[in-house]
Amino acid sequence: MAVRRLSRWAIALPVALALAGLSGCGSGEPAASTTSASAGGAKEVTVFAAASLTGTFTELGKAFEAAHPGTTVRFNFGSSATLAQQIVQGAPADVFAAASPATMKTVTDAALAGSPATFVRNKLQIAVPADNPAKVAELEDLTDAKVKVALCAEQVPCGAAAVKALDAAGAKVTPVTLEQDVKATLTKVELGEVDAALVYKTDVIASAGKVTGIDFPEADRAINDYPIATLAKAPAGEAARRFVDLVLSQQGKDVLTRAGFEAPDQR
Amino acid sequence: MLVLPAVAGLVFLVLPLAGLLIRAPWPTLLERLAEPQVLEALRLSLVCASVATAVCLLLGVPLAWLLARVDFPGRRLVRALVTVPLVLPPVVGGVALLLVLGRRGLVGQWLEATFGITLPFTTAGVIIAEAFVAMPFLVISVEGALRGADQRFEEAAATLGASRWTVFRRVTLPMIMPGVVAGAVLCWARALGEFGATITFAGNFPGTTRTMPLAVYLALETEPEAAIVLSLVLLAVSVIILASLRDRWVSSP
Amino acid sequence: MTLHARLVVTRPAFTLDIDLRVEPGEVVALLGPNGAGKTTALRALAGLTRMSGGQIGLRGRPLHTLPAESRPIGMVFQDYLLFPHLSALDNVAFGPRCQGVPKTEARRAAAALLERVGLAGRAAAKPRQLSGGQAQRVALARALAVRPELLLLDEPLAALDAHTRLEVRSQLRRHLNDFDGVTVLVTHDPLDAMVLADRLIVIENGAIVQQGTPGEVARRPRTDYVARLVGLNLYRGLADGTQVKVDELLFSTADSLDGPAFVAFAPAAVALYRSRPDGSPRNLWQATIDGIERHGDNVRVHLDGPIAAFADITPAAVADLDLTPGQRIWASVKATETHAYPA
Repeated sequence: MAVRRLSRWAIALPVALALAGLSGCGSGEPAASTTSASAGGAKEVTVFAAASLTGTFTELGKAFEAAHPGTTVRFNFGSSATLAQQIVQGAPADVFAAASPATMKTVTDAALAGSPATFVRNKLQIAVPADNPAKVAELEDLTDAKVKVALCAEQVPCGAAAVKALDAAGAKVTPVTLEQDVKATLTKVELGEVDAALVYKTDVIASAGKVTGIDFPEADRAINDYPIATLAKAPAGEAARRFVDLVLSQQGKDVLTRAGFEAPDQR
Repeated sequence: MLVLPAVAGLVFLVLPLAGLLIRAPWPTLLERLAEPQVLEALRLSLVCASVATAVCLLLGVPLAWLLARVDFPGRRLVRALVTVPLVLPPVVGGVALLLVLGRRGLVGQWLEATFGITLPFTTAGVIIAEAFVAMPFLVISVEGALRGADQRFEEAAATLGASRWTVFRRVTLPMIMPGVVAGAVLCWARALGEFGATITFAGNFPGTTRTMPLAVYLALETEPEAAIVLSLVLLAVSVIILASLRDRWVSSP
Repeated sequence: MTLHARLVVTRPAFTLDIDLRVEPGEVVALLGPNGAGKTTALRALAGLTRMSGGQIGLRGRPLHTLPAESRPIGMVFQDYLLFPHLSALDNVAFGPRCQGVPKTEARRAAAALLERVGLAGRAAAKPRQLSGGQAQRVALARALAVRPELLLLDEPLAALDAHTRLEVRSQLRRHLNDFDGVTVLVTHDPLDAMVLADRLIVIENGAIVQQGTPGEVARRPRTDYVARLVGLNLYRGLADGTQVKVDELLFSTADSLDGPAFVAFAPAAVALYRSRPDGSPRNLWQATIDGIERHGDNVRVHLDGPIAAFADITPAAVADLDLTPGQRIWASVKATETHAYPA
């Protein structure tokens, strides 16, 4: 009996491990597009977009499908840097919307995309827990050693922007952690593990009241441009261009600004 | 009949390693290795994984003993619970740890109020996250060894006047030592590669919480080549340590 | 230091319930078929199997309330269970160490014991380097090292090959003679039991069916199991003087008694005839040959008929009689070799 139960475990464990591993890796993998490239008649547009665009682009995708019956839009949301790597490694994408010019540059340098257009900008805010335990009011408060601060790691766009803003303000902040992406940074604030963090305004709005956003003037010195481009080998061709047009249209702007993004001309 | 799938399995396991080796930036390798941040992350990784393994041994071996030797109601449930960290995505594990041991967590709140201890963003936090994720490997391995061990040796020790503790220390433990070592090795390897729970619970800061896997992940964002170098260092060091341990411990029984 | 015990262990579809009384210096063997409960009884004495009832008293002290590690016992297991990671010396020193004897002293005592069992030269050997006979002696030394008042041996010779067994058996007998406590051993081998024990207790289905000195048990078996063990044909009948009626057969016996009785005779005492012998000897019946097999230097013939019986005859006799299975044959046994005793 004992032996049989043990052997069941022995089988179940590797299987469980394999499943856990699969689900962990699967989400980041690009979905292969099965579309044929006949001009304009594409049935599927595959969009690789920065994770911060998840809400807005999903909404725009539905609008696009409504306007172009028979065409579906598939998204692969993730870290811009990861997406850029995937595109360079040959992932079959039609459109790339990045959270920073640097990540877009990875793709354009490889001559895989046409000239990108900046479609929105995102601005940093100080995010504090709803009850603001450290009574943070301005950027200067983050330099207090007793205030626990989380920043994004410099390697990811929100971290680069944070460094730029802090430099501009001449503020020396020693964070307790450098998070791997903006969502992780925000989570630390939501859970109250840190007293403040620098994250995008859009993320503060998306958190729906769990964190409070505080504007600060130096944020204007570290505005993040979001470029979008159709890819040179876009299997969907014309449909891909039409999707980019939708993002750049007034309709697109409305959806994006509602989420906290700023229009590029609104400086 | 078995050789073909065996070879296929080996190729499947080894090919990604070959990929890393082929794409490694060999000319600049030494230069990159000399960077103090790399050594710092490596040192932190080895220290944390080793301490986490020690913690797992201290808590996991008695737990395995309880599961294997003591018949109590709900044992099946407890056994299933022990494996939770295996199935749980590590990031979720990290969040769960925050909810309990974080500054506003159930226990963490009390820890801070009573002792002034906060665990997130500290090296201790890294060790806790690694131990949480790696402990099931040890418990399952040791429990298996305990179930495989002939309990009559323990009875024989009892007839010679050995107390439960003496039986465990002088008879059971030496007899299941190969299983304990195997479990500890798995546990250590898992702790060494731990990423999700660590970055979520302990955060990422050079010198205190940035272990090699975290450094690799961040390097991947901007400099894939640096990430490859870091991965190879981690791999080489762990292989050397495990191989030397194997010769010493897992030789002839 | 007398052992008084009533051992009750209840399991689904099995109940052990036996009374034991063993004097100091006495060696008692629990003998019985597989599954009779003899090992269970030994484990209950050791405290390794929980009793459902009864009690154990040794020298007037209750033992059954103590856990195994607190009982003044030494136990030799069937496959010895020497700790594989310890040397022979440390195996023997294990018990004294558990009793708090300092290490050097425990080792000195262990070395002395190993010398006593003739293994002084093997002190450093690991159990897997020992032969079966050596391992058995180390196991005995380990059990004696705790200076037990009650020595328990579970099939102490069963794991040995025939040759080693002979040698180890006589050595074990000597060591048991030297031991002044109570010894209970379990065996299913009648020869081991006869050589090693002062008294046999036969257990079947969890109950004692017969006990007595080896001689008594060997001469006067009271169950089919014991009769087979000691190699006798056994029947139950009704005695009237020197006549015992078994089913339809009337046996004339060497003993005189009245009432329910056992009749026993050795297979070698049975004579076989192709045709009804002249002079009408007593104790004669007609049987069918059920089987023929070699039995030592002789041939054992299985007889069916009014009574089932074994007959041991010489190979020459088999040839002379031209025996084949299924054949009808006459069998007889002399009255002087037929024993009767009260049932």
